Amino acid sequence: MAQAPALPTGFELPLEPRLPRIGSIDQVAVEARAADLSRRSIKREAKLFALDLAVRMMDLTTLEGSDTPGKVAALASKAVRPDPSDASVPSVAAVCVYPNLVQTARERVAGSGVKVASVATAFPSGQSPTDLKVAEARRVVELGADEVDMVIDRGAFLAGRYAKVYDEIVQVKEAVGDKHLKVILETGELGTYDNVRRASLLAIAAGADFIKTSTGKLSVSATMPVTLVMLEAIRDVFEETGRRVGMKPAGGIRNAKQAVQTLVLVHETLGLDWLTPDLFRFGASSLLNDVLMQIRKEKTGRYQSPDYFTID
Amino acid sequence: MAELEQRGDRTPIPSAWEYATAPESREIVKLQERYGIFVGGEFVEPRSGEYYETLDPASEEPLAEIPQAGPEDVALAVESARGAFENGWSAARPAERAKYLFRIARILQERSREFAVLESLNGGKPIRESRDVDLPLAAAHFFYYAGWADKLEYAFPHRRPQPLGVAGQIIPWNFPLLMLAWKIAPALAGGNTVVLKPAETTPLSALLFCDVLRQAELPAGVVNIVTGDGATGAAIVKSDVDKIAFTGSTEVGKAIQRELAGTGKKLTLELGGKAANIIFDDAALDQAVEGIVNGIYFNQGHVCCAGSRLLVQESIYEPLIDKLKRRLTTLRVGDPLDKNTDVGAINSRQQLEKIEELVAAGKEEGAEIYQPPCRLPEKGYWFAPTVFTNVAQSYRIAQEEIFGPVLSVLTFRTPDEAVEKANNTPYGLSAGVWTEKGSRILWMAERLQAGVIWANTYNRFDPASPFGGYKESGFGREGGLHGLEPYLDFGGAEVSGG
Repeated sequence: MAQAPALPTGFELPLEPRLPRIGSIDQVAVEARAADLSRRSIKREAKLFALDLAVRMMDLTTLEGSDTPGKVAALASKAVRPDPSDASVPSVAAVCVYPNLVQTARERVAGSGVKVASVATAFPSGQSPTDLKVAEARRVVELGADEVDMVIDRGAFLAGRYAKVYDEIVQVKEAVGDKHLKVILETGELGTYDNVRRASLLAIAAGADFIKTSTGKLSVSATMPVTLVMLEAIRDVFEETGRRVGMKPAGGIRNAKQAVQTLVLVHETLGLDWLTPDLFRFGASSLLNDVLMQIRKEKTGRYQSPDYFTID
Repeated sequence: MAELEQRGDRTPIPSAWEYATAPESREIVKLQERYGIFVGGEFVEPRSGEYYETLDPASEEPLAEIPQAGPEDVALAVESARGAFENGWSAARPAERAKYLFRIARILQERSREFAVLESLNGGKPIRESRDVDLPLAAAHFFYYAGWADKLEYAFPHRRPQPLGVAGQIIPWNFPLLMLAWKIAPALAGGNTVVLKPAETTPLSALLFCDVLRQAELPAGVVNIVTGDGATGAAIVKSDVDKIAFTGSTEVGKAIQRELAGTGKKLTLELGGKAANIIFDDAALDQAVEGIVNGIYFNQGHVCCAGSRLLVQESIYEPLIDKLKRRLTTLRVGDPLDKNTDVGAINSRQQLEKIEELVAAGKEEGAEIYQPPCRLPEKGYWFAPTVFTNVAQSYRIAQEEIFGPVLSVLTFRTPDEAVEKANNTPYGLSAGVWTEKGSRILWMAERLQAGVIWANTYNRFDPASPFGGYKESGFGREGGLHGLEPYLDFGGAEVSGG
């Protein structure tokens, strides 16, 4: 195992240009701000714009022990053509699967522009030796993944071993080369917003292209305040260094309304530059159909039966 | 739909995301062309025979004709209140008084949308605030004091609380219905009757409230509402009332106090402020920025306890100001009835002129002005959210109350200096402290001369929490048990007023 670099307590990271101070988050106030932004009223063309964007930003996900080539093939087809009856509905950004299903997904989305993302590094717990995690990350790239979603070692993080967490991300980033690395913080296990901010900055410092809230395996995942805290960390990094890091809330966003509210959060925190699948994704399995249903409703003025939307 | 803009080899990013308009409907509000004054449970024509127009400050559109009540009208209202006091209300079973207060609270909740729309229409404040702040708090005040009405003996044990008589109440235009609730609820809970004058520019919610009183079947004469300008207010002060409660400017407050000297009438004053919002270097910065915004741009800065002087520890001055300026660009200024509006219209032309005058003085004195790019509507009274940096303690914008969306930023180096600068004002209504250190919050709270001190938040109100000022911000408290005291007589046992 590689030696972790020595970092002073509180990890004033030896990076140039320097990262923003870690600082702290006031729980009451950040929750109030997130709730305030959730009350924006987004209607008509503004809503349609957001819904279309949400589709283009979606990482359509299946991460179950029961996933089979058949299931993943169906999901990948849906990713390419989410609404067969409306050609104006765009493809989603990516499908997100387990390593064993990368090849199946890849065949199905070939030529469509839809990316294949794979989880790695002992997803979802991250409780494996570093060399195995690095090897797994390297392997999923060989299998054809365009994007790698890794988990941080929450055990190490909560024990205060930030250097280990940092070093693992650095090594995985090295292993995946020019592929997109999304770092999952699993915020539901971090306990405080202070920790969410600390983990966000740590992951960004270590080279994350995206930071992602959750594995989707916990009941508490991408809440609005957690998303806001991570967006603010990304904003601080951008303002200090000019570097653009992406954001992916995952888990817990089940309906179109939440997706639109989340986009409002992005818009009013980071601005228009982040309203692109290059810098923002939704990790979701059940969100897509509700978004499709709302798009149809905005276009036709009527709600349609769920039977008109495919289940994949 | 917004156009997409191609940048390099990246996926195109949108060039704009304009939120579609989301106006709250005005339909729910039924306005009369002309109103009367509310005396003895009825709307009556003013004996003065004079009326004035009340406007929608966002469009300058006239909304209704309002009586300019004269001394004779005030005398009638006081007589009606006196009659109601002597013929039943003061001797009513306390639980009976509670019953009416509970009814009023519930009706306010039921009709909250109607009141919220009217409040925004006549006052210019964003519907988001009238809906989420003014109305819930106004109802909460009635609920809170309803609970005390039959427990006064327990609230003030061994002190034999008795009602005072007729209370004359004069309220400002920044929170028309909420200030009415702050005044009327404790007065009625204590067994008093009331003559209230809403502000000249914002009488409509008080007049609609008369309808609530009738719906609640409150005995006639217990609450009387007279409308008009400062002359009507002066007539109330001179009239045969037992107590005056005034919220408004320090100048008028001083005049009232001079007028009442030696008359034996009780007085509480809630006047101006120039509050310091103090940000220490260990504060949670993004949340502090929200607190600053909420402190000074809430209700267009028409808030007596607004955090209008920002004191920033010098070591975090730059990142904090950068964040604040960036945040200002996301404030949505415009139609008060749009659900996405953050900053509404200035309440009146007179107030707008006052703000403009002080802002011009700030520029002349050498402060640096920042205003985010925003399109202000052509009609109506508007002022863009404004930040002044490079402000010296001696500038007028650091000393005088602007009562608009204008923030003056000063710096400090140590906690001692922060306290010294914060207290260096004739006012003393409120202050804010932002730090992650609990011990420092307490240290600051002991030293700041302000009636209300918020820690890691700003402009939060609760009916159970007393509110009021030091020095030229007035005396007496509203809210909580403290807020009942000024409406009670304790049989000669002297009670300190403030």
